[in-house]
Amino acid sequence: MSFTDNEVQAELRALTRKFAENEIRPIVEKDEEEETFRPEIIRKLGLLGLTGVPVPEAYGGAGLGYADYVVVIEELARVSASYAVSVSVTGLAQMIIASGGSEELKKKYLPPMASGEMVGGFALSEASSGSDAASLRTVAKKDGDHYVLNGTKLWITQADSAGVLVIMARTGGEGAAGVSAFVVETKSAGFRCSKREKKMGLSISHTMEIVLENVRVPSTNRIGAEGEGFKVAMNALNGGRITISAVAVGVGRGALEVSVAHAKEREQFGKKIHEFQGVSFLLADMRTQLDASELLLRRAASLRDEGKPFAIEASIAKLFTTDATMKITTDAVQILGGSGYTRDFPAERYMREAKILQIFEGTNQIQRVIISRSLTK
Amino acid sequence: MWFFSDEQNMLLETVRQFSRDELGPKIEHLDAEEGFNRESFFKMGELGLLGITVKEEDGGAGLGAVEATIAMEEMGAVDASTTLSYLAHAILCVNQIGANGSADQKKKYLPDLISGKKLGGMGMSEPGAGSDMLSMTTKAVKNSDGYAITGGKTWITNGPNGDVFYVYAKTGDTKRDVSTFILERGMKGFSTGKKFSKMGMRASPTGELVFEDIRVPATARVGDEGGSVKMMMKNLDLERVTIAGISLGIAKGCLETATQYAKERKQFGKPIGAFQMIQERLAEGASQYAAGRALTYSVAKMIDDGKLVGKESAAYSAQAKLQAAQMATKVALDAIQILGGYGYTREFPVERAMRDAKLIEIGAGTNEVMRLIIARQMLGDVANM
Repeated sequence: MSFTDNEVQAELRALTRKFAENEIRPIVEKDEEEETFRPEIIRKLGLLGLTGVPVPEAYGGAGLGYADYVVVIEELARVSASYAVSVSVTGLAQMIIASGGSEELKKKYLPPMASGEMVGGFALSEASSGSDAASLRTVAKKDGDHYVLNGTKLWITQADSAGVLVIMARTGGEGAAGVSAFVVETKSAGFRCSKREKKMGLSISHTMEIVLENVRVPSTNRIGAEGEGFKVAMNALNGGRITISAVAVGVGRGALEVSVAHAKEREQFGKKIHEFQGVSFLLADMRTQLDASELLLRRAASLRDEGKPFAIEASIAKLFTTDATMKITTDAVQILGGSGYTRDFPAERYMREAKILQIFEGTNQIQRVIISRSLTK
Repeated sequence: MWFFSDEQNMLLETVRQFSRDELGPKIEHLDAEEGFNRESFFKMGELGLLGITVKEEDGGAGLGAVEATIAMEEMGAVDASTTLSYLAHAILCVNQIGANGSADQKKKYLPDLISGKKLGGMGMSEPGAGSDMLSMTTKAVKNSDGYAITGGKTWITNGPNGDVFYVYAKTGDTKRDVSTFILERGMKGFSTGKKFSKMGMRASPTGELVFEDIRVPATARVGDEGGSVKMMMKNLDLERVTIAGISLGIAKGCLETATQYAKERKQFGKPIGAFQMIQERLAEGASQYAAGRALTYSVAKMIDDGKLVGKESAAYSAQAKLQAAQMATKVALDAIQILGGYGYTREFPVERAMRDAKLIEIGAGTNEVMRLIIARQMLGDVANM
C-alpha cells in the first residue's frame, strides 16, 4: 500500500478531475435541483475509459485494481456524488458478473457497461428487508429453462436508466441459503419502475421502486449456483463499501476546498475569518479527518487488490469515512455561514449528500455490527 | 416545564392544535415549492400570537419571552419555516415597534401587523456585515425634511414578501452611530433584491432589500438618532432565546417520529427499538433535548422576571441558542439515521427537519458568534487582547 498516488492513479485523478470540472461542475447544481440524470455523461466517461476501471481487459475494461478505481470515484464525488454513485453502482453489477458470472454473461454484459453505453444496477432491498437483507421475499420460480420472478424491490439506484440489474430473489427456503442472484434486463416483459423517491439529496441519481410481475429470466442468467446469491450479494457489498468510502472522501475533499477558499476570502471584524481560531481549528480538524479517511480507504482497496481478506477493513473504512464526511460537510456549511446555507454554494449540497452515505450500502449501524462481531466471535 | 402556569400550558395546547391543523397539512408542499403559508398569519392574528409580547393597551397579548418560546417550540415541531417567518414578524418587527416605537408609530403600524393584515420583518445584516454587524454601511443622511436612506440589507426573513421593515442604518461615522427606521414596501426607492434558494427553511422566504435614496420624514425614525445599538442588542437576546424554541420544536418532532418508527419497524425479527444502538440514540437525543429545554425556558423566564441585564443577558441567551441549535441538528441527523433509507426521503419529516435545523446554527448569530459572546462575558477584556 502506498500513501500517495502511483503514476497510474495520478493520471486517472487528473483525467477524472478535468472531466468533472469541465463537464459536470457547470450543470450539477441545476441538475440536482431538477433531478436530471444525463446518460451522455456516463458515455463520455466511458470514452475516457473511466466506467470499467476494475473490469478485466478481455471484457472491455481497464483491468486495474480497486486502489485505482477509487481514485476515479473520489474525483467524481468531489464534484458530484450522484455521478460517483452512478459509476459505483454500475461497478457493483460489473463486479458481480465478472466474479461469478458465466463466460456468456461476461461477454454479453460487461463490454457495454465498461464502455459507458449501458448503466447497471443492483437490487437487494425490499420494503420490509433493509438491514435484514436475508429476509427478502421476491420469488424466482423455476419454469423449464427459465425462472419466473415476482416481487417488489426498493431503493434501487438508477433502475430507470439501467440496461441490466443484478436482482436477488428467493429460489429456496427461508434465510440466506434460499437466495439466488439473477442478471435481469430491464426491457424484459413484466419489469417496471413503479415509483421514484423524493430524496433529501443525491437527486441526479434516481432511486426507484421496481415491480417484477412474472418476469421470465433464462436460467443461464443466474449467477453461481442456486442458493449462492446471498454470498454473491455480500461479497459485492464488501467491494461496494470501498467505493462508498471513496465517495465520502471525494465529497469531504470538495467540502474542505470550498471552506478553505471561503475562509481566505471572507472578512469580518477587519480580518479574514481564517484568522479566527474558531474557523481555523475547524479547518484543521476537517483536514485531519479527511486524511484519516483517505488512509483507511487506501488500506481497504489495497487489501482487496492483494487478494487478502478485506471485508472488515471495508466496513471500518465505510463507517469512519462517512461519519467523518458528515462532520466535515456540516462544518463546511457552518464556515460559509449564511452563504453556506444557500444553493449559491455547494456546501449545503455536500452536507445533504453526506447523510445518505451513512445509510446505504449497509447502514453505519450494520457496519458496527460487522466490526464488533469480528472482534468477539 | 415545571414552572409553566395554567395559562402558559393552555397557550401550549392552543398552539399545538393550531400547528397540527393549520401548518402540518401544508408544509411538505410549501417546502418543496419554496412557497409561503401567508394565510396562517391571519389565524395567528386571531389567536393573539402576532403581538404576543406587545402590551395589552397597544393591542398585544402582553406576554413575555416564555410564551413566545412556547409558541416557537410548538409551531417549530411541525413547521420550522413558518415559525421562522413568525419570529421575524412577531419578535424582530412587532415586538420592536411595541417596545421602542412612538405613540404615533404604534398607532400607525401595530393594528395591521397584529391582525396579520401586514407582514413584518427586520433589516440588519448586509453582505459585508454579518457576524460583524456594526460594520454596516447602509446610510441615513439627514436633510431638512427628514432622512435619505441608501444601501441594502441581506438575509432578510420575509424580505421578498413583507410589508413593514424595522431597519437599522448608520447616521454617523462611528460603529455605534446606528439609528432605526420603519420602512415600507411601496416607498419610492424601496425594492426587493435577490431571493435566496436555501437548503432548508424553504417555506420562509429570505431575500435582499435595496434602498435607493428613500426619503422618509424624521417621524419614521424609532428612538433617538444614534441610539439604536442598545435596543438592537436587547432584541437580539430575545431573538436568540426564542429562536432556540424553534430548535427545541425541531428536536421534539424528530424524537417523536424516530420513537414511533423504532416501535414499528421490524428487522431481524424484532422492532429496531430492541437494538441498543437505536435505544442509545433515542436516549441521548431525549436527554439533550431535555437539557436544551431546561436551559432555554430558564433563560426566557429570567428575561421576563428582569433578572438578566446587559452582557449577562447576552451570554445566557447565547448559551441557550448555541446548545439548542447544535442539539437539534444532531437529533435530526440521528433521526434520519434511525429511519434509514426512509429517513432520507421526503415521505418522512426528518430530512426536512435536518435541513431546517442547520439554519439555527447560522441565523440570528452563528454558533461562532455565540461562543464569542459567552467567552467575552467570562473573560472580559482578555478575550479581545
